[in-house]
Parts: sequence; C-alpha cells; structure tokens
Amino acid sequence: MPWDRNQMAERAAQELEDGMYVNLGIGIPTLVANYVGDKDITLQSENGMLGMGPFPFEGEEDPDLINAGKQTITELARTSYFDSAQSFGMIRGGKIAAAILGAMEVSEKGDLANWMIPGKLVKGMGGAMDLVAGVGRVIVVMDHQNKHGQSKLLKECTLPLTGKGVVDLIITDLGVLEVDHKGLHIVECADGVSADDIRAATEARIV
Amino acid sequence: MKKVYGSATEALDGLLHDGMTIAAGGFGLCGIPELLIDALVESGVKDLTVASNNCGVDGFGLGKLLDTKQIKKMMSSYVGENAEFMRQYLSGELELEFNPQGTLAERMRAGGCGIPGFYTKTGVGTVIAEGKEHKDFDGETYILERGIFADLSIVKAWKADDTGNLVFRKTARNFNPPAAMCGKICVAEVEEIVERGSLDPDCIHLPGIYVHRLIEGEHEKRIEQRTVRKREEA
Repeated sequence: MPWDRNQMAERAAQELEDGMYVNLGIGIPTLVANYVGDKDITLQSENGMLGMGPFPFEGEEDPDLINAGKQTITELARTSYFDSAQSFGMIRGGKIAAAILGAMEVSEKGDLANWMIPGKLVKGMGGAMDLVAGVGRVIVVMDHQNKHGQSKLLKECTLPLTGKGVVDLIITDLGVLEVDHKGLHIVECADGVSADDIRAATEARIV
Repeated sequence: MKKVYGSATEALDGLLHDGMTIAAGGFGLCGIPELLIDALVESGVKDLTVASNNCGVDGFGLGKLLDTKQIKKMMSSYVGENAEFMRQYLSGELELEFNPQGTLAERMRAGGCGIPGFYTKTGVGTVIAEGKEHKDFDGETYILERGIFADLSIVKAWKADDTGNLVFRKTARNFNPPAAMCGKICVAEVEEIVERGSLDPDCIHLPGIYVHRLIEGEHEKRIEQRTVRKREEA
C-alpha cells in the first residue's frame, strides 16, 4: 500500500532532529507539524515569524497573524516576529536547518520545479527559490507519479526550475529516495511496495 | 516638521506623477496600506510600477489598482489567488518582473541602505538568473541583484507617534519596514497615533527618520484564508 498524505508527512517528520529551526511549505509539508512528537522543533514562517503555533480556535482568528500560506495561525511562548528582509536573511544565511517543500517535478540531479507551468498555471516562486538556495537540507514531499501515471521524478525537469541541484531527499507515496551525485538512491519503500515497484514507476536514474 | 495629515488623499498631495515607482508593504492582505491604496485609486495616477510581494486579491488591496488599469508593471514573487493579476499578465496587458520573495525584500532593504546591488545564490540556474551578472565567491556562484530605489513608499503599521516612529503588530510587519526604507518619500498609515513618549524607545520597529507623512484610520484588515481548529481537538 502506498503511503497516504499523512503517512508521507509522518515519514518526513522523522527527518527532523531536536533543536532544529525548520520551514514547512504549503500542502502536505504543513501536515509534518502534526508528527514532530516530543522533538523541540521551531517552525519558521517566511512572512516573518519563528515559533509558529497551530490554527486558532474559531472566533480567535487574528488578521495580523498569518502563515506564508496566508492562513490564520497562533503564536507560542517562544514566538518572535521580524520583517521580510530579516526573515530571508536567516534563510539565505543558512540559519534554517531544513525546508520541507512540495514539488511538481524533481530531476535525478536534484533539480526542483514547483512554481509555474508555462501558459497554464502561474503562481510565482514566493519564497521557494530563496529557501532551496539557503537552507541546510531540502526535503521534498510529493506524489511519485502524476494523475496520468507518469513519473514526476525525471531525468531532466521539463518545467521552469526553482533551483538547480538543491534537493537532498525525496519522500513520495512509494518511498524515500536520496539524491546521490550519480542519481537517486532508494532509502526506504512504503509498506508493501518493493524497490522494483519504485524503479518501474520512476523515469529518473536509480543507482 | 509636521508629519501627521488628516487623510490619505492629503498625505499623498504633491507626491504623485504618472509613471512613478511605488514600493508597497504587506504580505497577502496582511499589513497592507489599504487607505493609501484607495487614495491612489481615487487620484487616477497611472502607468505605475509597483514593487510589492503580492498584488492584493481581486477587488481588494492593490487588486483595485489592477481593476482600474493604473499599474503598468509589478515586481512581485506571487501571483496566485488573484485571477485578474494572472489574466492581465498572461494577456500581456501587465508587465510582471518575478522576484524571489527574499530577493525582493533584500532589494528594498538594500535600496534603503544606499546599496545599489548585492550578490545572492537565490535563483542561480533558473530563469531569474538570465541576463544577470554571475560571479563566483569561494567556489560558489552568485548573481547580482539591484537595490530598489522607489519614488514613493506606502506602508501600514499598528502604532506611531507624531514623529513617525512605527510599531508593527505580529506578522503584519512583513515587507513594511524594507518597503518604507527604499522610497524617497514614505507615507505610513497606522491604526493609532499615540502621544509622543508613550512608545518604548527600545521597542520601535522602524525609526521615524524613514517616515515623512503619517495618517491614522480605520482598517478593514480582511482575512484571506480563515483557518481554524475545532475546540474538541484541543
């Protein structure tokens, strides 16, 4: 059985170590916060906050307190606020240990594409280009294949890149793959999924 | 010198001209200068270049200036959740210079600090790097990004004193300080102008030297993505 969204998030949370400052992207990466357990993890929101808390209770939403996905959130006892220049200063300056992000495509060299589909969907890169260029470790959480059954782990990305050679680890519904200098390396398979299943579902070179 | 003005329109008097560059604070709809944006719409000033992370949403915030076609060019990191922004960009009516979010913030900060350019790793190997100077430092490749020097900055803060010292609230600070710094003139709108001496000098987020004109007013503070958890989950 391939992993579902929550299992992928739970697996990604295992990559986080006590004391880390971490940035979580929108979508499945946001769910990672639910699985950090007892680990002392400080979440950064790149719009200017360290120590992001859970969503507010109904009626307690504050328009001045949102995350990078523009969702209402809450603060914690450890929270600090700062402006966008300082926020990206700590990202660019390598102070954030890891970023967990979604992806449209990843290449066997660790190239990442997640900000636009020319002529179809223009979202913008937001802070993703800064994050992948600056943080210690880039972990991508994504479906292994698109809805047409085509691999999203490719020899070369076809979409405009967010960063070149930036991805360290890929967590998909089928398993966990590390980006090696020669290609992708299978670290773990989802329950009931074999390494051969992963190879069959992957266009990128697996070593 | 008197910095406090009676209204957004009065505060912008004499500062506007067609084709000007404006830096605006805010992230999404959080901490945006709503009142000054409305006054820009009313003024009819056009062919604007606007540096702002987003362009509001359809019909609110900077989105109002898209509806009236007063904006010629945006410098932004994110287009999503704004159908008119995407439509004008894809149809070629609107010029859009995509900036990675941190690069945009640093370009504003740099401009405000008198720094015309800086090197960054962000965007190397992507379309953002095309046509920009590349330079290696200690074995790593960086690209040159330019500081932004705007004709006018429009920002929103929580509190100010009459000398323009500003205090922001929570994540509504975001792009406001760097945007304020990079303009020749900065106009700030705040929720409350308090008595001089009542703000703790150790807790001023942006010193009044960056703020030239100031207004107080009511803000709608619209929430873009209201997200809550149920009490029983707690």
